Amino acid sequence: MEAILLQILNGLDKGSAYALIALGLTLIFGTLGVVNFAHGALFMIGAFSAVTLSRLLSTSYTVIDESRTDFLGNPLKVEMPYLHDWFGPEFGQAIINWSVPLAILFSIPIMVAVGFAMERGLIKHFYKRPHADQILVTFGLAIVLQEIVKAVYGANPIPTPAPPAFSGSFDFGALIGFDPLQIMYPYWRLVYFAFAILIIGAVFAFLRFTTFGMVVRAGMADRETVGLLGIDIDKRFTIMFAIAAVVAGLAGVMYAPINSPNYHMGMDFLVLSFVVVVVGGMGSLSGAVLAGFLLGILESFASMAQVIEVVPGINQIIIYLVAILILLTRPRGLMGRKGVMEE
Amino acid sequence: MFGLKGSDFALFLVVAVLTLAAPFILNPFPETSSLAQFNGGYPDLMQRFVIFGIFAIGFNILFGLTGYLSFGHAAFLGVGSYAAIWMMKLLTMNVIPAIIMSVIIAGLFSLVVGWISLRRSGIYFSILTLAFAQMSYALAYSVLTPITGGETGLQPKLNDPRILDAAPEGGRIPQANLFGLDMGESRVWNVGDWAFTFNAGYYVAAVVMLVAFYLSIRIFRSPFGMMLRAVKSNQQRMNYTGLNSKPYTLAAFVISGMYAGLAGGLLVAMDTQVGPERMFWTASGEVVLMTILGGVGTLIGPVLGAGFIKYMENILSKINTTVLEGWFAFLPDGAADAVVAVLGLFVGKGWHLTLGLIFMIVVIFLPGGLVEGGRRMFRGRDRTATRKVKSGQTPPTSKPAE
Repeated sequence: MEAILLQILNGLDKGSAYALIALGLTLIFGTLGVVNFAHGALFMIGAFSAVTLSRLLSTSYTVIDESRTDFLGNPLKVEMPYLHDWFGPEFGQAIINWSVPLAILFSIPIMVAVGFAMERGLIKHFYKRPHADQILVTFGLAIVLQEIVKAVYGANPIPTPAPPAFSGSFDFGALIGFDPLQIMYPYWRLVYFAFAILIIGAVFAFLRFTTFGMVVRAGMADRETVGLLGIDIDKRFTIMFAIAAVVAGLAGVMYAPINSPNYHMGMDFLVLSFVVVVVGGMGSLSGAVLAGFLLGILESFASMAQVIEVVPGINQIIIYLVAILILLTRPRGLMGRKGVMEE
Repeated sequence: MFGLKGSDFALFLVVAVLTLAAPFILNPFPETSSLAQFNGGYPDLMQRFVIFGIFAIGFNILFGLTGYLSFGHAAFLGVGSYAAIWMMKLLTMNVIPAIIMSVIIAGLFSLVVGWISLRRSGIYFSILTLAFAQMSYALAYSVLTPITGGETGLQPKLNDPRILDAAPEGGRIPQANLFGLDMGESRVWNVGDWAFTFNAGYYVAAVVMLVAFYLSIRIFRSPFGMMLRAVKSNQQRMNYTGLNSKPYTLAAFVISGMYAGLAGGLLVAMDTQVGPERMFWTASGEVVLMTILGGVGTLIGPVLGAGFIKYMENILSKINTTVLEGWFAFLPDGAADAVVAVLGLFVGKGWHLTLGLIFMIVVIFLPGGLVEGGRRMFRGRDRTATRKVKSGQTPPTSKPAE
């Protein structure tokens, strides 16, 4: 029982990331009808905006501390962040430590700008082109974005720690009545899961309960009629693209402490997220979220030592295997709608 | 001639001449000049031109004719490579059994993958093929290590059985050969400052590519090729006329899988090693790139695209900041540094950035690829000429013949 619970918990953080990326992909596909292969790159840009903010905040100058000496006997050189000067050492350090959550605010304008630029500058011209062309041009864009990040930040992963308050693990088992020290779970992963639920809830609520969301849903169902009613649906869809970009970006920001950002993280997640979207059903938002969590948890179960002993290598291929099975038995995915991408 | 129409035969002849004369054509700059680094006429690169040409020709038979976009073709290349290296380890270092086996095994594998994947079309088909390729890659990396050598890959070893070959002499690992003709053997012909390298392996691969190209022309012009085009243009209507499209698409898939296997076998014949990274999905993306860049659905396009990308890869990645500094030394210091810093992003290790940009530009402005670009240049001239003659009449807007 403990083992099962532990695997479910372990699958949640990856599942959250899959669900958030797949949600954005489905939003873009549902509204604009575009298959966006550059969505993983948006996730990566989000993660790197966290890196950028943490670097910006810890910008420092060198002071010579006469009271201490290094091992050669020279006065010690100390890196002094500007924030320590401005806000005092304690509060300044606290801001630096909390750079990842702060990056949420920092990344939103970046992601909105990137989203707008992508949609208006490139994807707009591909509405009428075949899906293959859309896939190819966004694939090219993904390569370009990835290489730019590589040129700026280098090829190595950049560790980006979570705030100290959330470092370490807590005893989840003791909390719900199991033996203590059986189920240890890192705080930050719980934060990530809660954050993902919050974002997913916010997107669904936005679509369900606001006038804007209603118009967008109407546009997803019948774009032409909504246009004939005198509503500028293209503008709303552009905004939805930016929202999808923000969702992917925030997923990336919060993922930075879990997995140190590197330039190819976007591509790694993209391939799996596409599988997730297809399993969930092209065009179904709830399907994407459900499939994201399901596949994340399945992957974590497949990595259990007992399972690998029986079926070696299953942890590497489980997601693809499930995708093949689902596509062959339920061609529209778990919750796919009729008539989406069936030509 | 050989069952080809006049224009097709001319095209084939041009390709044949260009391929066989490649050691001259790709080496236009003397060894002593500073432009020598743009020479592409060394054996390793020339082999890659023709081998990836075969890969792209095969991919084009599937994607260009039927419109099914496979994102997992590198798996067939990888499987072919593994089959070839095992023939070299078990049977003989002669490349013939290795290449034949690689085609057969890749064909069988693509039959299984295609039979399952072709149940769906559009993006679902792409994802299914991608899933199969990623599975093969992950398995080759982990569980199948006894067969694939895992991360290190496979090379011929001294203690391999090689039942048809005589025992290796002097503890040297024997080289891949064609009935004694060593694949790595090169003759260099020095003419003045030029050095032309004729490599046995290249010519073997080039002859194989010409055969593959000839077959692809025959497929394009056959009734079978017409059926595949029908699948692309309107599968539903084709089904309504009482034709079952599945056998045709499956046949196209298997043929292109066999081409990929052939390319994989040739790769092994040239460098006698293989690793799982050959099957990674970026490798599948690369062949899509080649085909698109050259021109989807055209005969010569994939070969051009493969050559273009492999040339860029080799030449651009060789240029580093030192080379750039040498070129721009004539500029004032600050300007030179700036130019070198900007250009440095696009060359050396950053050549993928150039590749991505070229790719985007081609998809955006030139969906038909290089072939379409060339055609437009010629047609543009023709059209202005016709307009002058028949003013007031609109030029024909029919689609160019494929």
